[in-house]
Amino acid sequence: MKLGFYPGCSVDGGSREYKESCRALAKAFDIELESVPDWNCCGASAAHNLNRDLALALPARILSLAEKAGMTDILVPCAACYNRLALTQHELMKDETLRNRISEVTGLGFKGSCSILNVVQWIQKYILPELPGKIIQPFDYRVACYYGCLLVRPHKVLKFDRPEDPQTMDEVMKLIGATPIDWAFKTECCGAGLSVSRTDVVADLSGKIVYDAFSRQADALIVACPMCHSNLDMRRPEINGYLKQKISIPVIYITQAIGMAVGISTKELGLHRHFVPVKLPEKTEAIK
Amino acid sequence: MARIGVFVCHCGENISATVDCDRVAENAAGLPGVVHSVDYKYMCSDPGQTLIREAIREHRLTGVVVAACSPRMHEPTFRRACAEAGLNPFLCEMANVREHCSWVHEKTESTTQKAKDVVRMLVEKVKRNEALQPIKVPVTKKAVVIGGGVAGIQAALDIANGGHKVLLVEREPSIGGHMSQLSETFPTLDCSQCILTPRMVEVAQHPNITLWSYSEVIGLDGFVGNFTVKIRKKAKSIDEHLCTGCGLCTQKCPVRKIPSEFEQGLGTRSAIYTPFPQAVPNKPVIDKLNCTYYLKGRCKLCEKVCPTQAIRFDQPDELVEVQAGAIVLATGYDIKRADFFPEYGYGKYKDVIDGLQFERLASASGPTGGMIRRPSDGQIPKKIVFVACAGSRDPAKGIEYCSKFCCMYTAKHAMLYKHKVHDGTPYVFYMDIRAGGKDYDEFTRRAIEVDRTQYIRGRVSRIYEKDGKLIVVGADTLLGAQKVEIEADMVVLATASVASQGSEELAQIVHVSYDRYKFFSEAHPKLKPVETNTAGIFLAGACQAPKDIPESVSAASGAAAKVLGLFANDELTREPLIAAVNRMSPPQYSTCIGCFLCQPVCPYNAIEREEFKTRDGRLIKAVARINPGLCQGCGTCVALCRSKSIDLFGYSNKQIYTEVAALLDEALV
Repeated sequence: MKLGFYPGCSVDGGSREYKESCRALAKAFDIELESVPDWNCCGASAAHNLNRDLALALPARILSLAEKAGMTDILVPCAACYNRLALTQHELMKDETLRNRISEVTGLGFKGSCSILNVVQWIQKYILPELPGKIIQPFDYRVACYYGCLLVRPHKVLKFDRPEDPQTMDEVMKLIGATPIDWAFKTECCGAGLSVSRTDVVADLSGKIVYDAFSRQADALIVACPMCHSNLDMRRPEINGYLKQKISIPVIYITQAIGMAVGISTKELGLHRHFVPVKLPEKTEAIK
Repeated sequence: MARIGVFVCHCGENISATVDCDRVAENAAGLPGVVHSVDYKYMCSDPGQTLIREAIREHRLTGVVVAACSPRMHEPTFRRACAEAGLNPFLCEMANVREHCSWVHEKTESTTQKAKDVVRMLVEKVKRNEALQPIKVPVTKKAVVIGGGVAGIQAALDIANGGHKVLLVEREPSIGGHMSQLSETFPTLDCSQCILTPRMVEVAQHPNITLWSYSEVIGLDGFVGNFTVKIRKKAKSIDEHLCTGCGLCTQKCPVRKIPSEFEQGLGTRSAIYTPFPQAVPNKPVIDKLNCTYYLKGRCKLCEKVCPTQAIRFDQPDELVEVQAGAIVLATGYDIKRADFFPEYGYGKYKDVIDGLQFERLASASGPTGGMIRRPSDGQIPKKIVFVACAGSRDPAKGIEYCSKFCCMYTAKHAMLYKHKVHDGTPYVFYMDIRAGGKDYDEFTRRAIEVDRTQYIRGRVSRIYEKDGKLIVVGADTLLGAQKVEIEADMVVLATASVASQGSEELAQIVHVSYDRYKFFSEAHPKLKPVETNTAGIFLAGACQAPKDIPESVSAASGAAAKVLGLFANDELTREPLIAAVNRMSPPQYSTCIGCFLCQPVCPYNAIEREEFKTRDGRLIKAVARINPGLCQGCGTCVALCRSKSIDLFGYSNKQIYTEVAALLDEALV
């Protein structure tokens, strides 16, 4: 099966392991991820702070290209990209004048026919039906599912999961044998782009997230966003400095966790690329 | 020959801002049959009405069209003016050029054209109006008050003191409502029970009041002055005449761990119970869902200990029909529970409670005897955070309105806490302090200045538990949206107040309209605040919108005054705008073919079967007949009649067709 795929800049760069694990997982389930031809930047947080037309035109071009390539579903693994694409589609579909103006800017027509899937929706739709028979190594750990801010908000537009206490990742993790913990920081801000300019703020915000997961005895943090990942993983030295405590709880992409459960090698999943080593407590035997 | 007068109103600028009123009047003057046409700034004012009265006399008008607002408000005004001038009131029609025209269109040529068209339609209609005589109906001088909270109690007492019979119906085992649960009341801090329970007793003892607790209204037929109310008296499983209310059964009942509704789940009750010691009536009921006998078929301990043998396990629900002339709805409100708030833990933290639960904690008769103790471990909290506007004024939560009394009770809670725990610190997160009302602002200032409550202007984004404390994360918007974190021992959410559970169903049963939040709608937001759009049904208290005690009581007295006004008449006049099946002589020549398709569609059961028989009893023909006392003039039967034998007075087929024809083609008329 072929499926549309919009990588975006971060999974093509800093978060290569996210893309690798998405592709590895897709391969294990006989799905071919086909990148949107000639894709461009989604605008990230810069564009919509500066210029509304630009903020809409960039994602609109991506969606138009995907439509042209005949894609009906596109997987957008980065939560920020997903958010920008989904919001753009929403804005353009409810306002014809705006749609026409933006189409003029991109020089491409816009139908709004693509269904934009975040990684959890993609897993729910394409992975879960085949999953039960494929688990060879249950992911039997206590996990803290961290959704971040962009995956479930704004609820009015995305209509995905409960905005304050989301559950979908928890449900998926249960299916691969994990025990999702009940914790307080599922959707709290990790500090996002302040990672570069105000590392101290990130250490504070992300530090609270890591500490709560740690104090509730989670074995791993599960994420679905490259920004969240880099703040919780790459900024761990700053976090530990802020907490005055060495916390070594690993941060794992949801695709990596499922990949481990279905027996994909750690190399293919890119687990070696993390800053915080992925060391999980020895627990289970492989199913014979 | 028709002699029609047209009166075009400017409604200040409401109409004249977008419609050229003088041209509408000028145009109307040229219509066939119109002998007089003028425009005026305020037609409903006294000079405006005089204009109409004088024109009727001077021009010997046979019909009047007032081009103004919707007929809902002022049709009675203008019809009365016509009647005063000797014209049958039903020969006056209103052309709605405000709601249907000026308010919804821009100022363009076509807006004025539309106004002209609407006037033309009504001129054609009124030419075919017939003089009608109002119908007189008797009034049953007995009121049914639904809901026994403070509003229902007040309404019942006022009507009863006015000399009329009242039936007070309450679905819970006792009257008293939410007010009986409160500890002290703002702004005077007098004890809620102390001022309410005497009223409850008065209800029980009043010769004009019948109290049916544990009962629900399940049906309503009829119309103003002549309602038939269907009530289910739920089986209490006791014989009320024998029961003395000694309370032995409730003490002996072995099922004791049921969360008490009255204590908001903070205390327990037995399966046979009175909700609270001051309950009225002070006789227990058996909760069938929790009673061992009803669940397992054995126990009957209450039966064994009852000194008067009053327990009746086989007692059935009783369905009763009651005749009444007026209904007062006083079904009150509910509050959202902590489990409505995912960001505050979905109700999973025991020490995050709602306002009503705090009332019970602060109440001398409550589960802690009035000591403020947190539910989880019974410790006295040293820091309490009160969160105002929990759910209210929050479009994201679907509740956009202000719940009105939370600002005041939150200030009161903080005060009560401080009065009981001197070294404690109360914090209040608020959006605005809304303390409009007599002595209200002074009260909230007292909470801040005298009792040193820490008011923080901002909202709470999250509450979570950490090391036995509740971490309340919020923003202080007066300090530049600075982040605030408070380690609290207990949190009290002033949750949104919402329409009482089941209010939508009740509204549908009694045919009153309700808003999108399921609160009952008043007939007019300013001038008819206690009336509904259904004549004879009135509103009291918080079933209409969130209201505090003084407002609820005022509304209840207002509703009672309306009922007493209604009962001051021996007969009511009803508009004769009802349907009738045609008759000619001899009567069996009616075009009605007796198919009776109209019978099942009539919402008011007003259609009867009339049979014509020979002298020896042989049936010649059966035709439909409409009972003028029951018909409400909805017109459903008219639309359904296959032989076009039914017509609606005031809205006959001929009148409607002419109106349409007048709109489509002037040449047709």
